[in-house]
Amino acid sequence: MTDLMIALLVAFAVWTGWRVFRVDSMVRASFALMLSFVAVGAIGVLLSAPYIGVATVFMMAVEMMVMAIFMVMFMMNPAGLNPMVMVHQHRLSIGAGLVAFFGLSAAVLLSPLPSNPVAPGTDVVAQLGHELLGPSMLIFETAGVTLLATMVGAVILSSRQGRFGSADEGSRPPGLTEGGDPAGRQPEGGGGHGHHHHGGH
Amino acid sequence: MTLTLVLLGAAALIGIGLYGALSQQSFVMLMMGLELMLNGALLAIIGFWSLSLGGMPEGQLLAIIVMAVMAVEMAIGFALIVAVYRKRQADMTESIGTLRQ
Repeated sequence: MTDLMIALLVAFAVWTGWRVFRVDSMVRASFALMLSFVAVGAIGVLLSAPYIGVATVFMMAVEMMVMAIFMVMFMMNPAGLNPMVMVHQHRLSIGAGLVAFFGLSAAVLLSPLPSNPVAPGTDVVAQLGHELLGPSMLIFETAGVTLLATMVGAVILSSRQGRFGSADEGSRPPGLTEGGDPAGRQPEGGGGHGHHHHGGH
Repeated sequence: MTLTLVLLGAAALIGIGLYGALSQQSFVMLMMGLELMLNGALLAIIGFWSLSLGGMPEGQLLAIIVMAVMAVEMAIGFALIVAVYRKRQADMTESIGTLRQ
């Protein structure tokens, strides 16, 4: 019974993962990705990892809501009324995806997988807590500091420029030779003002 | 049997994610591909931990680390998208020809 549910959830996770790149609206894509994550979280709950499973569902529900907001900000086709295909190097990508899938599948099918399931009745959540605040505390703390650095970096990267103007105002990259011209395109009009009108659209 | 099934599903998710990360032109869709690959990794970790490690607590720790990586990837990725958009009005990979200054 559990096996059947896990099989169905795996199929659902893969199908929704595939729908991410097949739907016509980016908001639908982010909700499809959320469903895929929820299916993986439910598999975790069924496979006796309740904390990991529930944490995945909560985290991904919030994360995909944030993602949907970004999708609304950046997408060109909000309602999904027109077909949306925005791909490059399509054949190479399909090939790479298939190679990854078949290579990993061959590794899974050809290697002898050890069978040592979690004993029923094991207090896995308490074990995880003791591990996090015991032997692996340094790893856990490192993850916390990494997340703090991420917050600082995200704010710095996404904030508007400070009150003294752009950080690269009037900057000039070093020349290829001593005192020579820098490589690449030159900023127009001297200084660092030239790169605001290279529109992408 | 269950482990094989779960790992095959994880392989499929990683394959689809790789396809998306390589093929999508929009930065946000490209990041969906990265997230999907991490999703596959998480599924594989849960399967291995539950069915072949006998409930070693380090396996759950690895899953938590993968979740932290997801959060970092998403926060920094979106911050970079916003920064690039502010600078060049670009939201597609094709709009960025050079890594200037």
